[in-house]
Amino acid sequence: MVEKLRRFFRTEKGTGLLLVSPTAIYALLMLAVPLAAVVLISFWTQNGVRDFDTTMTLANYKEALTDPLYRQLMLRSLMVSGLVTLITVLLAFPIAYFVSFGVKAEHKSLWIFLITIPFWTSYLIRVFLWKVILGYNGVLNSGLKAVGLIEEPLTFILYNVNAVIITLAHAYAPFAILPIFVALEKIDRSLLEAARDLGENRVMTFLRVTLPLAAPGVVAAVLIVFIPTIGDYVTPRLVGGPGGLMIANMIQTQFLRLNNAPLGATLAVLAMLIVAVIAIVFVIIGNRAAGQKGARK
Amino acid sequence: MKSLKVYAIFYLIFLYAPIFLLPLFAFNSSTVIAFPLDSFTTEWFTTLLTLSEMHGALLSSLKIAVTSAVLATSLGIFAAMAVSRYSFPGQKGIMGFIMLPLVLPEIIVAVSLLIVILRMGFSTGAWSVIVGHTLICTPFAIAILQSAFASLDPSLEEAAYDLGETPASTFRLVTLPLVMPGIISALLISFTISMDEFIIAFFLTGAEPTLPVYLFSMMRFPKLLPAVMALGTILVVLSVLLIVIAEFFRRRGAKRTGNDTGGFL
Repeated sequence: MVEKLRRFFRTEKGTGLLLVSPTAIYALLMLAVPLAAVVLISFWTQNGVRDFDTTMTLANYKEALTDPLYRQLMLRSLMVSGLVTLITVLLAFPIAYFVSFGVKAEHKSLWIFLITIPFWTSYLIRVFLWKVILGYNGVLNSGLKAVGLIEEPLTFILYNVNAVIITLAHAYAPFAILPIFVALEKIDRSLLEAARDLGENRVMTFLRVTLPLAAPGVVAAVLIVFIPTIGDYVTPRLVGGPGGLMIANMIQTQFLRLNNAPLGATLAVLAMLIVAVIAIVFVIIGNRAAGQKGARK
Repeated sequence: MKSLKVYAIFYLIFLYAPIFLLPLFAFNSSTVIAFPLDSFTTEWFTTLLTLSEMHGALLSSLKIAVTSAVLATSLGIFAAMAVSRYSFPGQKGIMGFIMLPLVLPEIIVAVSLLIVILRMGFSTGAWSVIVGHTLICTPFAIAILQSAFASLDPSLEEAAYDLGETPASTFRLVTLPLVMPGIISALLISFTISMDEFIIAFFLTGAEPTLPVYLFSMMRFPKLLPAVMALGTILVVLSVLLIVIAEFFRRRGAKRTGNDTGGFL
């Protein structure tokens, strides 16, 4: 047995598994086990301060799905991350296209680097700056007043859903640009020439060749923005006001303020389930669309 | 293309606008963060020196960031070597799971670790933040190291074996020096991520806050806002500096092995 195992670890497969095992075991212990614990606890109920009633029950799920407050927060989170995803991807596509097709090869990595730098600075500080910019006496209002463009401060831009959307769209911009850029870079330029040679104009070449080939990048961009934004805590907390709070704020409240970890876990599980279902449906639709285009070719 | 370029430049301005406001107000003598600007001052930076609680937070952040960076980079080396050299059963699934924290909302990571830690009867502290930060930094370290390992010519290692080196000494004498720029880049990126991370630290830090957690508590006091701007300026400058150095090393590594596969992600 031991000899067999030793021989297995000398093979290509065995060595690979052996090498990846420290990282995989870490992820198993610190990510898979805790995630399973969240799912398990979501079926328990809170009993006193640090005590759980470990009888399995669907009570939390019933509460989470029927209480209008939780439903409203969940729907708002979905709407906000949906809109943020749409805005970010639409604004990002032209940038990715420009860097891939309009920038000299030796300057491309500089452009990408410039786009990603803000992403590496503290998220907390960037969100806080938006609060300062959009505030009643904030940078934008005081600036516009000083120039004489407005007389009264604009109030629709802070402590509501609009502010959450602006701030998140700003924060996730690089996430959307990178996957689209990578997909555009992979496009064989001779295909575009062929389309032009065959008499397609610029617009039709873009619509019938470039866009379908960029589809995997767009799908990746949508997922990489949509999934994390739904669980964002800092932005709604700092710029959302009471009307802009999202599901993550409620999860935090349940865990750290109301001391109801099981209900918090339930909300977390539900949010992830909904996101996973939407993501899977989206990937299937994306694949099917790309597949049809492939067949037509 | 010309109009696209104009759009791209406006886009960059939009991306950088908030960050450029930071130093403007950090050096502005008015206590209100608004235009028009008042006069130049360094008062808010000296205020920072008097906040002794902040010094503790800085120290614990540094401790956490250094430890997480070393752990994440070490775990990253194993995984990156495994995927760039070998194909093994379940590779896609295993790697997909290791990379999952890239898209998973951080609050989910935070909450799930919190549950397990409290359930097992431990109390949270710097160590639990390190556990969480290592988890979220590892995928970034892998992404950087993978391109470093992928561009490494395997015949160099084979030559070392032929000349009688053991696998361990080959790794130390041949592989390690060649991927060193990638390792330094991964260390710096992980350090920066951990230094700036808020949510996981907020849930798992216990009694000693990290710098972002302390900064968050400062934000509630209007009187402290100029000092927040000053501290923010320092943190942003530090992050940008580290990222530029990391990019320098990543590119040098790419040049050394003759293969630039692009940015960090």
